[in-house]
Amino acid sequence: MSDVYIMGVDMIKFGRFPEKTVPELGAEATLMALDDAGLTIQDMQAMYCGNLGQANAMVGQRVLQQIGQTGIGVVNCANACATGATAFREAWMSIKAGVNDVVLAVGVEQMGKGLLGGGGGGTGIPKEGLLGSGTMPAVFAEAGMEHARNHGTTFEQFAKVSVKNHHHSTLNPKAMYQIETPLETVMNAEMISYPNTKLMCSVNVDGAAAAVLVSEKKAKEMGMARAVKVRASILTSDPYSDRDLVMPDVNAVTRIAAKQAYEMAGVGPEDVNLVELHDCFATAEILHYENLGLCADGEAGRMIDEGEVALGGRVPVNVSGGLLSKGHPLGATGIANIYEVSTHLRGEADKRQVKDARIGMTHVIGLGSACAIHILEKVA
Amino acid sequence: MADGQGPLPIVDWLKGAGTDDPYVEGQKCGVCSAIFLGERSHCSKCGARDQIAPTRLGNKGKLYSYSIVHRSFPGIDVPYISAIVDLEGGGTLKGNLINVDPKPENIEFDMPVDVVFDDALGRKDQDGNSYISYFFQPAA
Repeated sequence: MSDVYIMGVDMIKFGRFPEKTVPELGAEATLMALDDAGLTIQDMQAMYCGNLGQANAMVGQRVLQQIGQTGIGVVNCANACATGATAFREAWMSIKAGVNDVVLAVGVEQMGKGLLGGGGGGTGIPKEGLLGSGTMPAVFAEAGMEHARNHGTTFEQFAKVSVKNHHHSTLNPKAMYQIETPLETVMNAEMISYPNTKLMCSVNVDGAAAAVLVSEKKAKEMGMARAVKVRASILTSDPYSDRDLVMPDVNAVTRIAAKQAYEMAGVGPEDVNLVELHDCFATAEILHYENLGLCADGEAGRMIDEGEVALGGRVPVNVSGGLLSKGHPLGATGIANIYEVSTHLRGEADKRQVKDARIGMTHVIGLGSACAIHILEKVA
Repeated sequence: MADGQGPLPIVDWLKGAGTDDPYVEGQKCGVCSAIFLGERSHCSKCGARDQIAPTRLGNKGKLYSYSIVHRSFPGIDVPYISAIVDLEGGGTLKGNLINVDPKPENIEFDMPVDVVFDDALGRKDQDGNSYISYFFQPAA
């Protein structure tokens, strides 16, 4: 099976673009990724497109209707917040299978404002605020409080995640926000669902990201100078756990994905130089330090306290600003974090560059649940 | 609003609505003993087919995790405690923890709670029907 390389990857600056359509946003990122690869839409053999909000509306084809209808096969993917990463993985798999040599992966989303989840549905009366809460800030608060229960993690430690990621985003011109948020600002922001304050919730934004993936044969033809090798691509669903029906288990689904990803890549957590992980809420990031093996169980609070996960630390996490500050356009997130890690591996991350980065990891969770992990490696 | 019927159960696994003996019903796998909420045919823990049978769940439990919700959808009263409770005898429920001032210092992991049944905060459906729900409160 051929190795797979990323030869072009880019994202639009995340923001709110109500004047644009989903296909327009997707087309913009696609053209940027094609330019980055030095290729054209005529060179592409297939397209894998991730979008959630218009999942039944042929978004990939509508992107091609903007930039070039070449007749290639298009697969539209939806997999909650793992949507973009799933599209990327499908693209990867088509090269692994020997079907294609040059393919596009695109993720795009246009978001409304406000709370996600907890809409209820069904018959009768609303269950929200009656059978607890189904809102995302509460669901991930409960997951965080499970960690507090097991390891004594504090509100302050959860809040420090937001301080860190907002700081990182001041170095990323493509992030939605570039604003420092000191600890007291984070902790005193409007409480949404304890312990998540407003500044500890990801930002609903519009965004798009795209990547051009190629086979080893094609990569050699093109030249490897800026190539990024995909060392592992893993997708898992949630295994049964006892509290499943009332408490989505975001831990087990990540742990089995991480184990498989390290095996596929032939590396361990100690080899990873930077991580973009799914900080949909500050509470979630803490869990994933342990789920991804970046530290031992119970050590996550210490990691954030001692700055090991900050830029300049042992294993910087979410140097892009993360979902908390860069923003979280659901279908685009999984490819945007691949863009971020690739940019560091190429040594092109400017002020936020993780020094000497050779191996990076991306992680997303779609509640319901799906987990996708990619391990990427610098080539040249 | 029309005069409705009631009380109806908030979810179909609340049984005995309108009697003096309401309870929560689980669905238990006869092979691996996993407990689910809501009727089903097969077990997603062990994969056993057609081995699920209803079982009455306990009305005592311990607080496993929680969040204090300060922002919800329009029309939903806040703050409230969204609680996850492991029941004695098996099964886990999510619901509001009531009769506790909703502040972190008043909530302890593993605090014993009772499952209690009461009107669904006055909420009625479009036909005017009232509902009964389950809640948690500190153990008596």
